[in-house]
Amino acid sequence: MSDLLRLATAGSVDDGKSTLVGRLLYDTKSVLADTLDAVHRASADRGLATPDLSLLVDGLRSEREQGITIDVAYRYFATPKRSFVLADTPGHVQYTRNTVTGASTAQLAVLLVDARKGVIEQTRRHAAVLALLGVPRLVLAVNKIDLVDYDEVTFSRIAKEFTAHATALGYTEDAVVEIPVSALAGDNVVEKSANTPWYEGPTLLEHLENVPVEPDPHDAPFRFPVQYVIRPRTAEHLDYRGYAGLVAAGTIKPGDEIVVLPSGRRSTVTKIDTADGELTEAAAGQSVTLLLADDIDISRGDLISVAGNEPKVTDELDATLCWLAEKPLRAGARVLVKHGTRTVQAMVTELRDRFDEQKLSSVDSPSSLELNEIGRVALRLAEPVPLDDYSFSRRTGSFLVIDAADGSTLAAGLVGAPLPELDAASCTEGGDIAAQDDRALVSPGP
Amino acid sequence: MTAKIATSTALDTLGRLESEAIHIFREVAGEFDRPVILFSGGKDSTLLLHLAIKAFYPAPVPFPLLHVDTGHNFDEVIEFRDRVVAQHGLRLEVAKVQDWIDDGRLEERPDGTRNPLQTVPLLDSITQHKFDAVFGGGRRDEERARAKERIFSLRTAFGQWDPKRQRPELWNLYNGRHRAGEHVRVFPLSNWTELDVWNYIEREGIELPDIYYSHEREVFLRDGMWLAEGPWGTAREGETLQRKVVRYRTVGDGSCTGAVESDAADIHAVIAEVAASRLTERGATRADDRLSEAAMEDRKREGYF
Repeated sequence: MSDLLRLATAGSVDDGKSTLVGRLLYDTKSVLADTLDAVHRASADRGLATPDLSLLVDGLRSEREQGITIDVAYRYFATPKRSFVLADTPGHVQYTRNTVTGASTAQLAVLLVDARKGVIEQTRRHAAVLALLGVPRLVLAVNKIDLVDYDEVTFSRIAKEFTAHATALGYTEDAVVEIPVSALAGDNVVEKSANTPWYEGPTLLEHLENVPVEPDPHDAPFRFPVQYVIRPRTAEHLDYRGYAGLVAAGTIKPGDEIVVLPSGRRSTVTKIDTADGELTEAAAGQSVTLLLADDIDISRGDLISVAGNEPKVTDELDATLCWLAEKPLRAGARVLVKHGTRTVQAMVTELRDRFDEQKLSSVDSPSSLELNEIGRVALRLAEPVPLDDYSFSRRTGSFLVIDAADGSTLAAGLVGAPLPELDAASCTEGGDIAAQDDRALVSPGP
Repeated sequence: MTAKIATSTALDTLGRLESEAIHIFREVAGEFDRPVILFSGGKDSTLLLHLAIKAFYPAPVPFPLLHVDTGHNFDEVIEFRDRVVAQHGLRLEVAKVQDWIDDGRLEERPDGTRNPLQTVPLLDSITQHKFDAVFGGGRRDEERARAKERIFSLRTAFGQWDPKRQRPELWNLYNGRHRAGEHVRVFPLSNWTELDVWNYIEREGIELPDIYYSHEREVFLRDGMWLAEGPWGTAREGETLQRKVVRYRTVGDGSCTGAVESDAADIHAVIAEVAASRLTERGATRADDRLSEAAMEDRKREGYF
């Protein structure tokens, strides 16, 4: 079992995310005494009778003043079973881009709802973002269960409604778990609660400790974006020419035949080098240096792929964008696309549709994509680039859209259309979404 | 190509952290013109340098080092710093806070601490050398404001950090674009915890300055911290110098960096101590972070790390 789980939290403002994260840290004894003292002091200064655990997490002054989380905070905690890297993302609508950030590397997401309110607009929006970004597993934490008198019926109704929504987004039932919790009181976060005798599932922490983690895509075809060419030019290493990078997918061994893209030149791996010595094999997630049999022209931005199972090399790109900038996207926009280690100029030639995460339907040919909106677009690239579908590989199917003028990141880009296509007619605002078009159903995976 | 590899060859936590840090170093080498590594001789910057060496092996590290020297350093650390630089054939730039005080660009503070004075020499050096990427050893587990830091953190021409204007950091695609005069602070150790750092130092056999391990030292108690005598001052009235067995968990300006009572004389003992500790390393030993609820955030906004 993997010893590391990367997870993200999501939920709307005031659902108690920071308190839940504070509770996880507090109850796993990951908070050290001086930090806790500071929280006790600050809580007392504010006239609170009990420590406000959200103060463990809300680090910026404006966050503490407003009592909300503004930016993604990364938290680290460990139990004897696992280490956790937790991206705590804000719930406010204007900060949805941070949910996209947290979700992009998460293996699991904890989505919070307020038991008094149930599944609301933000819940649907966040679940859609999590599904789109391929977060493999979801937990719905039905928080503030104490405020509905630990009522089983309320919990079951919310759980059922959420499962229907998640299923429509492509999640299988075993990928989604609902847990009744009270972050404030501690029910079912770390300790099993006596107040919910009707709930037989795991506590949140038990689930996080035991949930299977999708491994790096070892059995996918080999993909290796070249970051840097290592040429020591020293007496000892006069002819050394190594291609440094992180294996994005698959495995590689000396003797394997590779192809360099976009040039299409072929060669054979002669050596996999690291500072700790040569390797007999390298796999997804490892930073290594490859040496090849032939002296061919390779530089930063090229992609080394296994020969025979290569990504398509194209200058026409169909993609889904999560638009993260204040200024809207319109057809004709000139942007930069950063894919792997290559940055190319690009033009958005067409806005194909805008995804309505409430109705799980799409609106064709929108005139613009606004902040926090998700849509499918067509892009033309200034030069051909090797591209995998996002649903095939999160690492080689993702890209950034960058403003050429000020350098800001405008959008998260996903090659293809990772969300299932849905039949708008069968979706109602209330969220009773059983029917769907399963022809194009894509399961969210890495 | 479809063979599954045995789980035993999968990366463990330290392997993942190392691989991520190496990837970050190589991204910067590929995209920036004039990167520099901040290097003080402390454990985090020593670890940073170790990872940089591994990232470019067998070629030399393609960046110089920069130390903003408060003049309040421990002799053992400066000796160690210079030895490491010589050993790896690296180039070290030193910006001495004393020089800024001497020519009037900075003024000594009434409390004598020089940690907050590092910001101006740092920014001046970045401007003077036209550094466009500055590697620091900051970790997100250190402090609440640091928990919100990006791995690539854009700074204005005045070195300022605006937490609301930070770019979303997606997948492992880092956006280092910046305008002339702006620079990017880069934190390859973002996802490491203090315990990860020590476990990795043990695994790799990385040498550190002796003061990280227990030793006898003349110290006095101030604000609950054991401070040592030095160029920054000594015990005031009511404080008495006494001989204690101590070690340092962080190494910084001697006027505000405290020692902890410890008999952890080697790496194994230190790891056991860190794992059992109920205090964070900054909370235990850094007076500068205790000033206010937002002390670190304020210093970061001004251009401090």
